[in-house]
Amino acid sequence: MKLKTVLMGAAGAMALGAGATSAQDMADEMTIVSWGGAYQASQVNAYHEPYAEETGVNIITDESSADAVARMRAMYEADNVTWDLVDVVAADAMRLCDEGLAMPIDHDEVLADAPDGTPASEDFGDTIVSECYIPQIAFSTTFGYRTDMVPEGVDPPSGACDVFDLETYPGRRALERRPIGNMEWALICDGVPTEEVYDMLETEEGLERAFAMLDTIKDETVWWTAGAETPQLLADGEVFMGSTYNGRLFAAIEEQDQPIGMAWGHQMLDLDGWIVPADLPEDRLARVMDYLYFATDTQRLADQAAYISYGPARESSAPLVGDHAELGIPMGPHMPTNPENSEDAFLFNYTWWADYRDELDARFQAWLTQ
Amino acid sequence: MSTNATEPQLDELNSGQIKRQLGRALRRQKLRALLLIAPLLIFIIVGFINPIASMLLRSVENNIVQETLPRTIEALHDWDSDSDELPPEETFTALAADLQIAIENRSALTFARRMNFEIAGFTTMIRRVQREVRGWDVEADGPFREQMIDMHRGWGEVQTWRAIEAYSSPYTIGYYLAAVDMTMVNGEIESMPDNQSLHIMLFWRTIWMSGLICFLTLLLGYPIAYLLANIKERHANLLLILVLLPFWTSLLVRTSAWKVLLQEQGVINQVLVAIGLVADDARLELINNKLGVIIAMTHILLPFMILPLYSVMKTIPPSYVRAAKSLGANDWTAFWRVYFPQSVPGIGAGAILVFILAVGYYITPELVGGPSGMFISNRIAHQWNVSGNWGLVGALGTIMLLAVLVLYWLYDRIVGIDNVKLG
Amino acid sequence: MALPSYASPLQRGWYYGFRVLCGLIFVFLMFPILVIVPLSFNAQDFFTFTPEMLALNPEGYSLKHFYDFFTNPDWQHAMRNSLSIAPMATLVSVSLGTLAAIGLSQSHVPFRRAIMAVLISPMIVPLIISAAGMYFFFSAIGLQGTYWGVVLAHAILGIPFVIITVTATLVGFDRSLTRASASLGAGPMRTFFKVQMPLILPGVISGGLFAFITSFDEVVIVIFVGSAGQRTLPWQMFIGLREQISPTILAVATLMVGLSILLLTMLELLRRRNERLRGMSPT
Repeated sequence: MKLKTVLMGAAGAMALGAGATSAQDMADEMTIVSWGGAYQASQVNAYHEPYAEETGVNIITDESSADAVARMRAMYEADNVTWDLVDVVAADAMRLCDEGLAMPIDHDEVLADAPDGTPASEDFGDTIVSECYIPQIAFSTTFGYRTDMVPEGVDPPSGACDVFDLETYPGRRALERRPIGNMEWALICDGVPTEEVYDMLETEEGLERAFAMLDTIKDETVWWTAGAETPQLLADGEVFMGSTYNGRLFAAIEEQDQPIGMAWGHQMLDLDGWIVPADLPEDRLARVMDYLYFATDTQRLADQAAYISYGPARESSAPLVGDHAELGIPMGPHMPTNPENSEDAFLFNYTWWADYRDELDARFQAWLTQ
Repeated sequence: MSTNATEPQLDELNSGQIKRQLGRALRRQKLRALLLIAPLLIFIIVGFINPIASMLLRSVENNIVQETLPRTIEALHDWDSDSDELPPEETFTALAADLQIAIENRSALTFARRMNFEIAGFTTMIRRVQREVRGWDVEADGPFREQMIDMHRGWGEVQTWRAIEAYSSPYTIGYYLAAVDMTMVNGEIESMPDNQSLHIMLFWRTIWMSGLICFLTLLLGYPIAYLLANIKERHANLLLILVLLPFWTSLLVRTSAWKVLLQEQGVINQVLVAIGLVADDARLELINNKLGVIIAMTHILLPFMILPLYSVMKTIPPSYVRAAKSLGANDWTAFWRVYFPQSVPGIGAGAILVFILAVGYYITPELVGGPSGMFISNRIAHQWNVSGNWGLVGALGTIMLLAVLVLYWLYDRIVGIDNVKLG
Repeated sequence: MALPSYASPLQRGWYYGFRVLCGLIFVFLMFPILVIVPLSFNAQDFFTFTPEMLALNPEGYSLKHFYDFFTNPDWQHAMRNSLSIAPMATLVSVSLGTLAAIGLSQSHVPFRRAIMAVLISPMIVPLIISAAGMYFFFSAIGLQGTYWGVVLAHAILGIPFVIITVTATLVGFDRSLTRASASLGAGPMRTFFKVQMPLILPGVISGGLFAFITSFDEVVIVIFVGSAGQRTLPWQMFIGLREQISPTILAVATLMVGLSILLLTMLELLRRRNERLRGMSPT
């Protein structure tokens, strides 16, 4: 294991130098892992298809991002890495990086500068939360509800806390089958100030309080594992209200015309981006680096926003975000970072979750199953 | 073979030679049989039995602690784990040295993850000290004890050190303890707190739900098998198709069908609302719970009950029941005292088969069960997909496999593997 | 079990009651299939019967979900994978399985029971355990995430079915036929192909059909042993069911029911042929 990890680093560094320059000896097939559904479709439209057209590379897509950390651990344990590029949230990127499963990246070396010459590391700025991370977009986890199921004479739900209000808004809920987000909302909606939430979650009382709050809706909740489930459950009228990524709700509302409304209150902002598995063979690594240079430049990051309402991670991309590619509606108001939507938004604390994820997962699953 | 041996030849041979020749022929026959079987047997042993065995071995392997912290474990030998005092400064120095190397190799967090399976929060403890430890000079920057405790209070808890010591050997029963909701983090085996234990409950749920499903398939399957066995064979063959078609239809097709049918807005609720049995705002919750799993699995496993029952019932001569009736038994007595006992082997075969298959189900509970309808297989998959705890996967798997093998053995005793019939 | 003319009202009631009960159970057995097939022709993207469908209005029906299936590259990729993996897996399990079944049916086989138990075990071991074990093993030998890895893994799953069906055929096989063939001067190979093989062929084929459907329907093992490049139809369905239950899944389900009917018909024809060959008329 030790020797392997040392070699891994060395090979990575060597291949990195070679990868940015030489165009031959690149693999002609790559497996890109992402989240499926509307999000993956936006990547296919904005990145995969143009890239495949230009280079003739066969891109295989995999929808395993939700399980990426454990799956990559298994791949390295078995010494058989089949993925070339993995789309993960910031906390997972940090964990993979710390465990040596993701490759450290020299952002200025690998990625294109901004059109005005600003180096990539500055253009991405604070979104580079780990040396292995190549951020793509900022997204939020927020709530959608069925507009036609809102009881008469009641204002429609405005945010996360309405999910706990069974009296005003009866009906089933959809929440993610993991602690992230749910624990924060439980405390915030129980009256804990947003800035104290993570301190509170480090204590036993805080955890118990969060679980007690979740207990009040447990029987009414459908637990999802894939981001596309909630829009589907909402569209089928299976649930009244549910959490998911804001872009998925956008797709359901604007593209599929479903009777769904957004409840932006207390949305949880987070980052999503690429990591490159450590220790890839040279030809595959060269291919990945070539793809990354292509897919993360200022224009293409902005292009993705034409398919799904996520904010590009490059500062220079923001002014280029325009209208939806097919519907022609302006994307700005649908972005999680739009001031009207983000009044009481809170930043998902990826560092904290990188630390406590394993611990809380066990506790959460036990609570869920009981 | 010498089937054309004639009398005179036989006379010339003494009995010893015949024995030898017969023995040789027998050996040759055995060898030929084994040669025919060998390719497949080797294939199955190498490609199936061996992977499962080595997978199960992971449930006791525990090298990582010793490999990562050799100095610390050495230093811990001198520490009395029963005392309520922290280990001395030397242990902390050894730990700092060990961690420095481990951080350099990026194996510190792999080790932390291993310990985190035992004491939740261990990953956090390593992360907190990681950056500082990397910069330390082990010779000069001590003492480390207070510094480490400052960075994370966990290092100041005796329990942490007891756990490191308890899991320092290269083999462990720790995963098996975890598989039955126990732990030895304090150096002694004890139960896990209620809010963290779920395996016993899941094992129990898997067993009682499989039992119930097995019973329901028997309840529904017996009349069908009886009907098939007691009508004209021409009709039986036609009706059998109604059993075989679901049997031959993809598990996933049937599960997705049930998912569509059982939804709140699905066909069953639609019908119930339309005929006024259920109010529109009080639709039945048929999915994402135990009920959904029971309905779907009863349906999916029903053919596995009907087919063995049918093949046994076909062999029961109708004359026995007629004889009983002519001796004055009424219909019920004739059935219950004469027919039913003869169908018991079929019930045994079907019940064990259905139970074995049900216990191992994963797809159906995953898709229609939700958390409350989860089986032990789903927990194993979760441990694999989310936690990456292969040791626990191995331990849970071994327990499950042992249970299944006992049933398999029982099945072999009662029915005989050779007598399994398919369609 | 015809009803005698002297039956009492109670017996009469029971007789019809029992048939109604059986009828209901048959409905339960066929219900999911009977519902999803028409639903797959829904002109809407719903999973319930629309009023137009209930009124048998042609406008309520459409082939668009089938069109989706045949034009969507993901589904097409999955179908190609399924169609290339299943036949190869079947070939492997049938060839090895048939040989072994012939070996097992010899009169003197040492450890027969134990060997049989080992060969049948892939059917019994819970899939999730087999899958986890195979993942590490197939990775170690470099077959994880490859076509051949999935083929071999599926072949292992199909073998019990081949063994069971072929040994069942061999039980009724008249050994004197091979002896007759040998005494007439045929070598073992000739005997096998000219005498034994034609007689056990129905068993071999039906074992092959089972092995084929096992591979074609399998989802747990392929998720572990395969990678995205080997995604099969059931895998694609599984993803779809967890993520977006698009009605295309129902179209796929209908096509797969069609395939099951096809295989079942072949099996039934084989069974009849087999019974004829053995002089047992299927009355």
